[in-house]
Amino acid sequence: MSTESSKRITLTVNGEEVEYDVEARRLLVHFLRDDLDLTGTHVGCDTGNCGACSVLYNGELVKSCMLLAIQADGATVETVESLAGDGELTPLQQAFSDQHALQCGYCTPGMLMSATALLRANGQPTEEQIRKAIQGNICRCTGYVNIVKAIQAASGQATEG
Amino acid sequence: MLLREVEYARPRTVEEAIDELAANDGARPLAGGQTLINVMKARAASPDVLVDLQDLDDLRGITETGSGGLEIGAMTTYSELTSDAAGARSILGEVASSIADVQVRNRGTIGGNVCSNDPTNHFPPLLVAMNASFTIRGRDGERTVGADDFFLGVYMTAAGPGELLTKITIPAGGQDGFAAVTIGRDGTAIVAAAASLNGGARVAIGCVDAVPVRARAMEEKIGHDFGDENVQAAADGLGATLQPPSDVHASSDYRRALAEVLAVRAVVAARERR
Repeated sequence: MSTESSKRITLTVNGEEVEYDVEARRLLVHFLRDDLDLTGTHVGCDTGNCGACSVLYNGELVKSCMLLAIQADGATVETVESLAGDGELTPLQQAFSDQHALQCGYCTPGMLMSATALLRANGQPTEEQIRKAIQGNICRCTGYVNIVKAIQAASGQATEG
Repeated sequence: MLLREVEYARPRTVEEAIDELAANDGARPLAGGQTLINVMKARAASPDVLVDLQDLDDLRGITETGSGGLEIGAMTTYSELTSDAAGARSILGEVASSIADVQVRNRGTIGGNVCSNDPTNHFPPLLVAMNASFTIRGRDGERTVGADDFFLGVYMTAAGPGELLTKITIPAGGQDGFAAVTIGRDGTAIVAAAASLNGGARVAIGCVDAVPVRARAMEEKIGHDFGDENVQAAADGLGATLQPPSDVHASSDYRRALAEVLAVRAVVAARERR
């Protein structure tokens, strides 16, 4: 077999099949933002720490700055744009609005994807489970309190205060 | 971040992967990429060829071999280890669940963790304590390396260029413990200690040298008496045998002190496991 410095990849992004030529060195996050114009996925730190670039990859939460686009050939990717695909906010997004779970909003796409992954796996998470689930997402505005409340509210659980 | 130009291969079989790795000195296996992609961004590593292991199903999964023994494929992720698949060796899942965050645990692999052999990684000391052995394949065939010989230096292991770690074998047992002081919850370890009691005790300390350090004198003094008093006494003097580095997180002396405290905690945790 041979090696390639670029390749035509086919993958499913937010339910649509896309085909693209990508360089092997291209990070998945740049493919999403710059090639597909899906700029909801943010680049916060570019070192794998902040989680603003989190997406669902074959159903699993990953940081798209620590994956190459070329690896995603054949994969299914869901970005934050998929959440309100039909123009209606998801209950989770509505809860972020209702609970004032964002200030500058930069971390929000990643937070939403982490919370989406959590709620798919566990419909009634405890506060500790919520905090563990968003451990890979850094927010420098909110202190996380309202983010945790929003995720609780989205799961149908009463929030305090 | 724009990475340096790199070639890419996605082999279908282990043989193809080894051929690709052996064909180019600058080829590196790409497992979960949770370390490698980041060091490539920092230009701390600049492989010429990435050999993506994602399609090699032979390298995945956990098999129980009886009495707590396990065979773990090198591409098994931390998230897979936190499931019940590790059976009686639940320490593996507990330690895996304390690594970084959900995103990293979904991608990061046990094979990548040991092959990168960052001195602060969790699995090297744990697998030394558990007396794991490492199966390495190359063009000349397969060999198995014991835990005490696998870790050679910072970022260096017995799996050399052109070779692939395929599986990690953990012998029968069940009483394992791990203790660490970390930078923040689930953060990087400042010192880590692991213990496995299987007849006698095996104790390994991480973050105090380039490779995990066996606390052999402590193991001998412990013998078969895992009582608090004996374990505590056995740890006395362990710190003085170490030459840990000083850095912004801890002085060398503080790491010596931590090593003794954490070694005791790891042995006690192993004893208490049921």
